[in-house]
Amino acid sequence: MSATSTEGRLAVDVDAVAGGVRRLAPPPRSLALAGAAVVAAVLVAAASWGLPLRSVSALDATSDAKTAGTIVAVVFGFLATLLLIPAIQGTALSLRSRSLETAGEIVESRHIAARACEKARRALGYSLAVLVVLGLMLFLLANDAAIIETFLSWEQISRSAVDILRASWLNVWIAVVAECLILVFALTLALVRLSPSKAMAPLRWLAIAYVDVFRAIPLIILLYLVAFGIPLAGIPILSDLPTTWLIVIGLTITTSAYVAEVFRSAIESVHWSQTAAAKSLGFSTLQTSRYVVVPQAVRRVVPPLLSYFIGLQKDTALVLVVGAIDAFGQAKIYAGNYFNLSSVTFVAVIFIAITIPQTRLVDYLLAREERKTGMRKL
Amino acid sequence: MSLSVAPHEVVCLIGASGSGKSTLLRCINGLETIEEGEIRLEGDVVSGPGVDYTALRRQIGLVFQSYNLFPHMNVMRNVTIAPMKIAGLGRGPAEERARALLRRVGLEEKANAYPDQLSGGQQQRVAIARAMAMEPKLLLLDEITSALDPELVNEVLRMVRDLAEQGMTMVLATHEMGFARSVANTVCFLDNGQILEMGPPEQIFESPSEKRTREFLRTVLEAGQL
Repeated sequence: MSATSTEGRLAVDVDAVAGGVRRLAPPPRSLALAGAAVVAAVLVAAASWGLPLRSVSALDATSDAKTAGTIVAVVFGFLATLLLIPAIQGTALSLRSRSLETAGEIVESRHIAARACEKARRALGYSLAVLVVLGLMLFLLANDAAIIETFLSWEQISRSAVDILRASWLNVWIAVVAECLILVFALTLALVRLSPSKAMAPLRWLAIAYVDVFRAIPLIILLYLVAFGIPLAGIPILSDLPTTWLIVIGLTITTSAYVAEVFRSAIESVHWSQTAAAKSLGFSTLQTSRYVVVPQAVRRVVPPLLSYFIGLQKDTALVLVVGAIDAFGQAKIYAGNYFNLSSVTFVAVIFIAITIPQTRLVDYLLAREERKTGMRKL
Repeated sequence: MSLSVAPHEVVCLIGASGSGKSTLLRCINGLETIEEGEIRLEGDVVSGPGVDYTALRRQIGLVFQSYNLFPHMNVMRNVTIAPMKIAGLGRGPAEERARALLRRVGLEEKANAYPDQLSGGQQQRVAIARAMAMEPKLLLLDEITSALDPELVNEVLRMVRDLAEQGMTMVLATHEMGFARSVANTVCFLDNGQILEMGPPEQIFESPSEKRTREFLRTVLEAGQL
């Protein structure tokens, strides 16, 4: 074996292998794969042209809707046809690899065959994706476009949109007010739970019991109990609160139990050596918490807090249980009147639109925290 | 064990890992509680129940092996926060004191940097400045160079030597035998939680009387640290 280096390129020759290079690594067999890719692409493309167009033409709908449907079907069919490109490229490469092999150019043949396999696999993968989308389209168009009519009726959505958007203000208000109360209450619970002094032991037990109990009760049951039960019980101030405030209280009671655990684990995740250093300087326990531990914990707590806040926003839809009219409630009214769920679909879309940017923000913060703590030497 | 430290004296604790050097230091400033015996500072008993450990620790500084700077504060804030929040110094006087200390350790221009922007040796020097900012009567140093790259060890040791020359009372746990020999007034060899041997550096390093001490020094010599 010898290794030479000429002008920055390293060449290693292994002469001592019997039988030479060919037996070690013959070019991959690619023709069968390429052929399969072509067949799949043709079938999928054909189906993608034929089936949607047939469904659209069979619709008993307005000519506007039919034109829109036809355009979508044509575009889809065109996109599906693009599958043939990698499939055919794959076959061409495969044939070229064959001829190179017979000509003795083993290395070149191997490279080309690898590319052929890559193209063929890509065609097959995309074909599968197209099949899934095709299935979805046919499902939507089935039964005279029943799904579209029931869930995605533009007429219904435009009729209800304004009322729904106005009603979603309630969701926002509840989420924001509840979140403020939750942050304060949960932090208190966490600090009580973590206090080391023996005098706080009974309070500590109460905090633990609180967290256990209220993480166990389903939110919808608790909301029911709070929003209906408190007015019935006739408690002096609480019973006179409007329903929306009772909802806020119910959400706060439950979510605080979860968020308290988040705070607790964030505080505990601040390394004991930080507390040791602060204590050694002469800080009291409270000062250590305030200047050293909690500031560090807060940085770690933001991503999971944001996740719980997002969950809270979705839970606001439960006010329906107690008769308050939020976006979902408004949508249900329309749904009930017109026997059509498109307005409810619209509410779902609103939630999606609000939530996804926040989840992306959480991902970004988590990635950034990981990068930072990865670099830290302590 | 029984140990007395006079004012301005430098005591070095040497011994294998697990022999109790760190524990002894942490007992002195109350981070660890002792079960038997007593610790006295300037005649007052400062161990056992009822002691105001917070007040005690304001008079004793402890510097850790892993520096333990506060990562969410910059260097200036790390050094000034204790004088400001505990000793009640105003921001102006506290920053003046901090700047003087940082100048002494050669890090004045890093006052606005954050700990994770500094090297290990720089962080350790800031940690020493932070402990000194409270003007303690006694400085405890717990293997402060053990986590450092060899090139960075010297800058820290130089600082400690300066402090010793300025009359700071110190108890250091260290593996740096050469340093211990040159800077200590008394060297204690710890083994298994006991002070096996104690005396001036010449006695301990050149003619130790205990067998375990001799064995330890021999392993250290072989490891090239003496």
